[in-house]
Amino acid sequence: MRFVVTKACGGGGRARAGSLYVGCCPTPIETPCLLLSTRKGLPTFVSPDLLASLPSPESRLLHVSPLHFLECPSPRTISNIGGLHRMLGLHECIFVAAPRDSIESLPESEGTNKLGPSFETPCGRRLVKPKEYMDMISSLKPNLWASLADEVPAWVSEKRNKTSVDRTLRWLDDCLALDLESGANTLGAIVGGSCVEERKRCATEVAMRNVSGFWIGGFGLGEGMEERPALLNAVTDGLPEKKLRQISGLTLPEEVLQGVAAGIDLFESTYIYHLTLGGFALTFPLDIVERDILHSQLSDTGSDCTKINLRATVYRKDTTPIVENCSCFTCQNHTRAYINHLLNVHEMLAQILLEIHNTHHYLAFFHSIRKAIKGGKFDLFHQRFMEGRRAYVTSAVGCS
Amino acid sequence: MNWKRALLTDSGGFQMVSLLHLADITEKGVTFQSPVDGKRMLLTPEESIQIQNKIGADIIMALDDVVKTTTIGPRVEEAMYRTLRWIDRCLAAHQKPAVQNLFGIVQGGLDPVLRDICLRGLVERNLPGYAIGGLSGGEDKDSFWRVVAQCTAALPEDKPRYVMGVGYPLDIVVCSALGADMYDCVYPTRTARFGTALIPEGVLKLKHKVMASDERPIDPTCSCMVCKNYTRAYIHCLVTKDAMGSQLLSYHNLSYMMRLSRDLHTSIVEGRFPQFVQGFLRAQFPKGDVPKWVCNAMEVAGIDISACCAPLTSSQN
Repeated sequence: MRFVVTKACGGGGRARAGSLYVGCCPTPIETPCLLLSTRKGLPTFVSPDLLASLPSPESRLLHVSPLHFLECPSPRTISNIGGLHRMLGLHECIFVAAPRDSIESLPESEGTNKLGPSFETPCGRRLVKPKEYMDMISSLKPNLWASLADEVPAWVSEKRNKTSVDRTLRWLDDCLALDLESGANTLGAIVGGSCVEERKRCATEVAMRNVSGFWIGGFGLGEGMEERPALLNAVTDGLPEKKLRQISGLTLPEEVLQGVAAGIDLFESTYIYHLTLGGFALTFPLDIVERDILHSQLSDTGSDCTKINLRATVYRKDTTPIVENCSCFTCQNHTRAYINHLLNVHEMLAQILLEIHNTHHYLAFFHSIRKAIKGGKFDLFHQRFMEGRRAYVTSAVGCS
Repeated sequence: MNWKRALLTDSGGFQMVSLLHLADITEKGVTFQSPVDGKRMLLTPEESIQIQNKIGADIIMALDDVVKTTTIGPRVEEAMYRTLRWIDRCLAAHQKPAVQNLFGIVQGGLDPVLRDICLRGLVERNLPGYAIGGLSGGEDKDSFWRVVAQCTAALPEDKPRYVMGVGYPLDIVVCSALGADMYDCVYPTRTARFGTALIPEGVLKLKHKVMASDERPIDPTCSCMVCKNYTRAYIHCLVTKDAMGSQLLSYHNLSYMMRLSRDLHTSIVEGRFPQFVQGFLRAQFPKGDVPKWVCNAMEVAGIDISACCAPLTSSQN
């Protein structure tokens, strides 16, 4: 694995563009980039043959939680099959393993103790110890893996928060000691809750270990959007420029932009999953820097031009695609009316088509972020995007 | 739907009768309670054809009065005669006979006399194709094949024969031997959603604990995307729990059905159909315990399967 920063934003900004080279994937992944969420290694709805229709190579970067395999197959069976890439038939995909997936492997800090972190999973509450975790990692053979973290919600006591940092550091050392690759594929986990000092301490400590990148946890667990930039900066302050930074828990576009602004490279996000389940399709415009959108239009559906809910009856006879000129499989082949119908008759095809479009659209969002960074316009992009999101709120208030 | 290949629509009759518990059949049509808002609605032959005309499928089905095969008494006769009266109403209402082929459906329950009347009535009307309806509803297999045999014998040789609601691979092989051409069934995808895969030996229950460590593909002889890429162990961990499990198994099961159809077709074209049937039965019944109804049906179909059946006088003596 090789990571190279190709463009730093400069002017006090921390946003950067980079390239990630991984052996099995023929082309490098450009960062900032999104990791697609998976269930047992495959997307929730998009079947492997349709995954090929999504833009490459960005859609080849997948997040997998080893905890999805707690019940089966056993590490022995997975080893015999040959690891994740063989088991899933996705030989050119890049798998990044991290236990927390924010959908069905949720950090459960009250069950956590000194032996390992606890998670709520479909199999109940499970404690994962470093030895067991590294067994899974060595059988799965992901391209990159994050060490175990004690992620606590934002409201815990100072003492509990400090303990979480101590444990996370200890588990990192435990995992590294068991790692046959001696940290070459390891993302050291960084926590610290809502305390700037603890965040800094953890980051600095992890940076001293022989890891090839960093996995930033503990976000999306109750901290406010306003306090987040300071916490993110406290982390990236303590990290070397040249190494890869991945974060969990920043799902919404606004949150992703906060992460990019702080210098994060890879994002795990469950946004697409939740949108899809709700029947939503992303429609927000991607060419924000080019356009001047201070006034967004409210449509009849009361939507906010960020997404549409295809369950709404107004789409029953809408024979247009979700987004005009979108080149995804869904928009090229199907209409809003058809997806509305599929949702009404409870056909799984609705979720498949929505996941394809939403993935395509969100990946395009990351593409426009990268474009803005390379053009030296990220701050403008960030600002315009936030203004665009707020405009509908203020205009709605104005109307009432 | 953006589907560029062939399409067939059903009349809606069967779905209403089987899926709605408040359906009432009169001469006018089928009155039922709308599943959307509970309103009373009426589906007439005219309206069914009109809707099918709008959808535009290549093959459309007449609205028939279908009864369960387990029904006995005058209701069966009533349904058969009504089906004949309704086919005329369907034909009259059909706006696009040049591009959409309206198939009639043979009813009559398990009664050969009623079936015969219906057959004559439909053949008289010189339809582009014929369906054999009213089966696959819990009747015993022995009655089932006899009805199919009677119908295929009486229907014109040069028109398609479509056995509705069939079915299991074995049933399809038997009906094909008896001269049927087309089938439809929810079985392959439904059984996939319950974790069962179709294989030459019969079925494979992926949910079974023993699959958790089975590193073979579902079917080593299958060349579908699922069998080429996935192990039983992996599919086991997905089935009944994740949507992807249903998808992958459905994909394989449909590939299996398409392969079965292709093999049936090719073996007939190449003049080795009996050998194909024998191979099929040997894989499904390695001990030679081919069900009696299959043996009887094959006898009538003129296919010699004695090589696959265990001899009646076994070494028990």
